[in-house]
Amino acid sequence: MNLNLPRLLLSLTCLLIAIWLVAPTFVIIPMSFAGKKSLVFPPQGFSLQWYENFFTNPQWIGSLIVSAKLAVMVSVVATVIGTMAAIGIERMKGRGAGIIRAVLITPMIVPGVVLAVGIYAVYLDTRLVGTWTGYVLAHTLLAIPFVVIAVGANLAVFDERLETAAASLGASRLTTFFTITLPLILPGILSGALFAFVTSFDEVIVSLFITSPQLKTLPVQIFSSMTRDADPTVAAVGSLIFLATSLIIGLGLIFGMRGRRV
Amino acid sequence: MSSKPAPRASRGPLYLTLPALAVLVLVMAVPLGVIVLRSFMEPEPGFANYVWFFQTKVNITVLLRTFSIASWVTVCCVLAAYPYAFAMSVAGPRLRLALIMCVLVPFWVSGVVRTLAWVILLQDSGVINRVLLSMGFEKVRLIRTQLGVTIGMTQVLLPFMIMPLYAVMRGIDLRLLQAAQSLGAHPIKTFFQIYLPLSLPGVFAGATIVFILALGFYITPLLLGGPQSTMLSTLIQQQVLSLLNWGRGGAMGVVLLIVTFGVLGAASPFMRRKYQLSGGSR
Repeated sequence: MNLNLPRLLLSLTCLLIAIWLVAPTFVIIPMSFAGKKSLVFPPQGFSLQWYENFFTNPQWIGSLIVSAKLAVMVSVVATVIGTMAAIGIERMKGRGAGIIRAVLITPMIVPGVVLAVGIYAVYLDTRLVGTWTGYVLAHTLLAIPFVVIAVGANLAVFDERLETAAASLGASRLTTFFTITLPLILPGILSGALFAFVTSFDEVIVSLFITSPQLKTLPVQIFSSMTRDADPTVAAVGSLIFLATSLIIGLGLIFGMRGRRV
Repeated sequence: MSSKPAPRASRGPLYLTLPALAVLVLVMAVPLGVIVLRSFMEPEPGFANYVWFFQTKVNITVLLRTFSIASWVTVCCVLAAYPYAFAMSVAGPRLRLALIMCVLVPFWVSGVVRTLAWVILLQDSGVINRVLLSMGFEKVRLIRTQLGVTIGMTQVLLPFMIMPLYAVMRGIDLRLLQAAQSLGAHPIKTFFQIYLPLSLPGVFAGATIVFILALGFYITPLLLGGPQSTMLSTLIQQQVLSLLNWGRGGAMGVVLLIVTFGVLGAASPFMRRKYQLSGGSR
């Protein structure tokens, strides 16, 4: 190997970038066990009081329940609507399909605050501020692009002749859909649903505008806590979310590999 | 061509997209329309809000700063993502999985919480400053500065640069480099004449996404920045929520919207090259 020096440099650079990418995540976990109410790293002392605060304070636990419920509703609505749209686009072909696809992806591009201000204006007039309907609609809008992309990617490799075969054997269109199409594009639908869940669970900008004291999502609660004072409870929340995500992804990887082996 | 009614000939496919389009119209098109309307109608019909926007020095400063921060973030992302994505594309399966994990792990913590981590790292008594001090350097002010905002935003946006770049680099045939070198080309020349041009579509795609997302950033500049690093989004929010001036806030929103889609429109011809190139090499 005559390229050892560049190779060493590349490895070092990548190591630094990798550390930089994961550093914030791993700062959060020790912070959540801090003994005192300060955000100095490394934290002094050890306590579980921030976890206790999270699970006993109705503000925190209440916002977690709101966010979880909301994310479930959004992932159901966005997955159904987005999957329908993705199938429609795939069957349309031609130019119209490209245009509709591009239009459906724009919520990802529109600057968050501009969208939030607009939604806030409309919600003020229609009394949707701080309502479940308002939250579900806004978050569904933001989640649709992810579902369309995920399901669309799966449909692109789907062999349409299977549908034709089922139809030629006498299956109705509904039967064909539920016994042939749906099982084959299920991985795309599931990953779309997961993206939709995460989008809603993590959304903060629009939620900040349409929030109300009675109906507050977890990211809004985190945000207001951060702007108020240095409270390590935020770090405890972050660590819990990290733990939950790791578990879900870990299980997904295990089951995914098992499925592939079979 | 079966005797049964052909499923594809009807308008069925269009109907399938209608629910999604309805949500889009109700929660995006109508709200944006209201913003545009208010920017022209409040307090009185006319262009007063736009005249005000472009004649107020603070606004222009913030607009230019938004551009400058977005540009720096994009440059930093390209510089950091290029070697990283290259390593991903040539690594063995295990190392590649580890590198991909490092890109994905930041997403496992809520976005707002991640900003908290940067507050902790960047503050005056934070880790970075203590490391600098122990190495004999001067203390650097990071929190509430443009530098701090740039560092935080680059970390948040880096995955959006790495992924498209990796997708393009994975498709580059490394035998082309061997061929060039076996014909006597210097490795550096090989890189600039062969590898770099082939990877450019990925750079363009990633840079466009990063730049557009950076233009509209709100949470990170708000929490990591100070008065000297305010971006356009914060100004819009102030106009609407603090000053209740929907007309001026709307005009600012329309400017940000036009800039965002302008950049996207200007960049899309370069992004389209990606398909031609990859189509041609296949």
